[in-house]
Amino acid sequence: MGEKKTIEIKDSGAAMPRRRFLQAGLAGSALAATGALGAAKGATAAGLDIPDWSRQLGASVDDAPYGKPTHHESSVIRRSVEWLTATRESSVNFTPLYALEGIVTPNGICFERHHGGAADVDPAEHKLMIHGMVDRPLLFTMEDLLRLPRISRFYFLECAANGGMEWRNAQLNGVQFTHGMIHCVQYTGVSLKLLLEEAGVSTKAKWLMVEGGDSAGMNRSVPIEKALDDCMVAFAMNGEKLRAEQGYPLRLVVPGFEGNMWVKWLRRIEVGDESWQAREETSKYTDLMPDGRARRFTWEMDCKSVITSPCPENPLTQKGPNVISGLAWSGRGSVKRVDVSLDGGKNWKEARIEGPVMPKCLTRFYLDGWEWDGSEVYMQSRAIDDTGYVQPQMTALQKVRGINSIYHNNAIQTWLVNKTGEVENVRLA
Amino acid sequence: MSVLLKTVGAALVLSFIASGPLSAADRKYDGIGRMPTPDEIKSWDIDVRPDGQGAPEGHGTAGEGERVYLVKCASCHGEFGEGGGRYPVLIGGHGTLKDMRPEKTIGSYWPYASTVFDYIKRAMPFGDAQSLTDDETYALTAYLLFMNDVIDEDFAVTQDNIGTIEMPNQANFFMDPRPDAQPEGGTACMKDCKTEIKVLGRATVLDVTPETGGGDMGEGGSAPASQSSTEAEPKKEEVAAAPAGDADAGRSVFNKCKACHVIDSPKNRVGPSLHGVFGRTAASFDGFKYSKDFQKAGDNGLVWDDDSLAKFIADPKGYLGSVIGKEKASTRMAFGGIRKEEDVRDLIAYMKEAAK
Repeated sequence: MGEKKTIEIKDSGAAMPRRRFLQAGLAGSALAATGALGAAKGATAAGLDIPDWSRQLGASVDDAPYGKPTHHESSVIRRSVEWLTATRESSVNFTPLYALEGIVTPNGICFERHHGGAADVDPAEHKLMIHGMVDRPLLFTMEDLLRLPRISRFYFLECAANGGMEWRNAQLNGVQFTHGMIHCVQYTGVSLKLLLEEAGVSTKAKWLMVEGGDSAGMNRSVPIEKALDDCMVAFAMNGEKLRAEQGYPLRLVVPGFEGNMWVKWLRRIEVGDESWQAREETSKYTDLMPDGRARRFTWEMDCKSVITSPCPENPLTQKGPNVISGLAWSGRGSVKRVDVSLDGGKNWKEARIEGPVMPKCLTRFYLDGWEWDGSEVYMQSRAIDDTGYVQPQMTALQKVRGINSIYHNNAIQTWLVNKTGEVENVRLA
Repeated sequence: MSVLLKTVGAALVLSFIASGPLSAADRKYDGIGRMPTPDEIKSWDIDVRPDGQGAPEGHGTAGEGERVYLVKCASCHGEFGEGGGRYPVLIGGHGTLKDMRPEKTIGSYWPYASTVFDYIKRAMPFGDAQSLTDDETYALTAYLLFMNDVIDEDFAVTQDNIGTIEMPNQANFFMDPRPDAQPEGGTACMKDCKTEIKVLGRATVLDVTPETGGGDMGEGGSAPASQSSTEAEPKKEEVAAAPAGDADAGRSVFNKCKACHVIDSPKNRVGPSLHGVFGRTAASFDGFKYSKDFQKAGDNGLVWDDDSLAKFIADPKGYLGSVIGKEKASTRMAFGGIRKEEDVRDLIAYMKEAAK
């Protein structure tokens, strides 16, 4: 965050964007190291440089059999907040939302949340068991599952604790930390309904217990209505097999519901007539209210949005035209509208939604035609979904839920753009 | 129940009537996957439900559990379940759920006893999951329930009664009532929605954000001293010191002490009775064999009152050491002390009532 002090505001269009500007120093020293060659073939006095990469051969094919982003983008990584958890194995990190475009999260930067470390599961050994109140229990290998009809769907996955550190006040200065417990990918797998039909679910069944094969044996209760609606058992994300940290070789997809229910390393589904009241749906992932009572089974992720550009990680470097963009989503349906305020919520303008718009999926929006005049701007976004739900201000949430509910903070975020172009996370009354 | 489920159910019932019990032929993708054997199911079927379904044969008492706890749990959760570092606190917190800083423990928050067994069995000890026997798991469950005042010390938890133990906070959970916090009339205001902008807080002032400049993972994030989060919890603010302790709250704090100390009668256990401790000279209770350092403190004139007890409870070995001129006294009391001032105040308020 110390970087921000180097920003210079330019009025003309000549200045380099901030990140390029910061890297110019590096590129310069690399040039110097090439010595006489670089100097001899330098640019003509009035023209533009003809850089090395325009003259010399680049990397060969297979230099990176599995490619990674260019080293110029090496700062785009998941990050954690060290003081948050007791161990690195039962911990969480955050998606760098500030660097994302469109609606898809690349697999390598999807946030991680494990309760007993990311298990290293051998797909040849992995099995999925379905039993309990079924006509016939079934045991599937990965090979079996890959013979069944597949579906592919784009869904966001958000941790119920996303924004949990912001309930009392503005605390973390970066959209990666305030909103980064979310990812959105295209999941591919088998419909859970199909698997349950194969086992033959009893008419008395009301719940499933889903369980992971990791050392936390993560388990949650899922209502049968949801299980037979749009859940899936996924083995791939964004066109390739799941990443280990996302549950390889098999995870549950519970669209629109809190991420904790999307059990990774899925090994067992028990069908029953009562909920299990697992630790993760009693001690955790219940929402404590001001009267000392607690909400349970708070599954849906309510409609929410955030501006990712500008944001603390993406300060403004120039007056004049600038891009305002962000992400919106709803666990109850599709994003219908996003409004942006440039005066701290006094007045709002409808933003442009850039498609595709899909249910329970991230949706990208832009506010076109904005010009920054160098003054302070209190910037907010507010999403509305197709159920009519309006993303609330934090004051409205606190009025109902107090400050100790930890989970399901979907409040409107305020970024303060300072006169320097720096952007701060602030809380407004 | 959804229309879908009704449809599936109706289909099953129909096929049952038509052809008797379902056979493999009722499957659309017969031949994919197989029936697991009963033994295969049993080997994985470790869950226990609130009604006791799934509880394996076995039993355990608090006394048995304490021995397991000290070996396998105390290194993270503290000798008395008080939590260490950011590991969860397991004991106490009774009556704190409306507080500025609620303490959500097994005793103060968890709605079902079965969850204690289910969670320990599947996930504990951290890093050595599923290593405990069923009896050990019952014993740990009993120990934690006893330490939280839910069951008596000699109560044996078994497969037959785990579904019947009532937890104090069970009635305080209710179904999700959302959506909530919606604007009046249900529509979003577009113009002149408020008159002034008032800034309540700024993240840069708090300065707890990890550095994001370089390629390193979260280096340099400075934790606020008051942090004690195990989940993504909001930052806990320092609360101004309250003058008087709460005896009711202190009663649950005393759970940390009562494995070794009796307070309401002159009975010695692992530790000396605390009956009538206020006004008494240290190491002077009849019939208890005190350590040398404790006897020395008594000889040096240490008398238990609010102040000396508070200091001792906060840092037993350090305080006793200061009385006898050592950095740390050597006593047999294994307890590391209670760090929270509020808890110490509450505890002393309780002890004053109970020790009479």
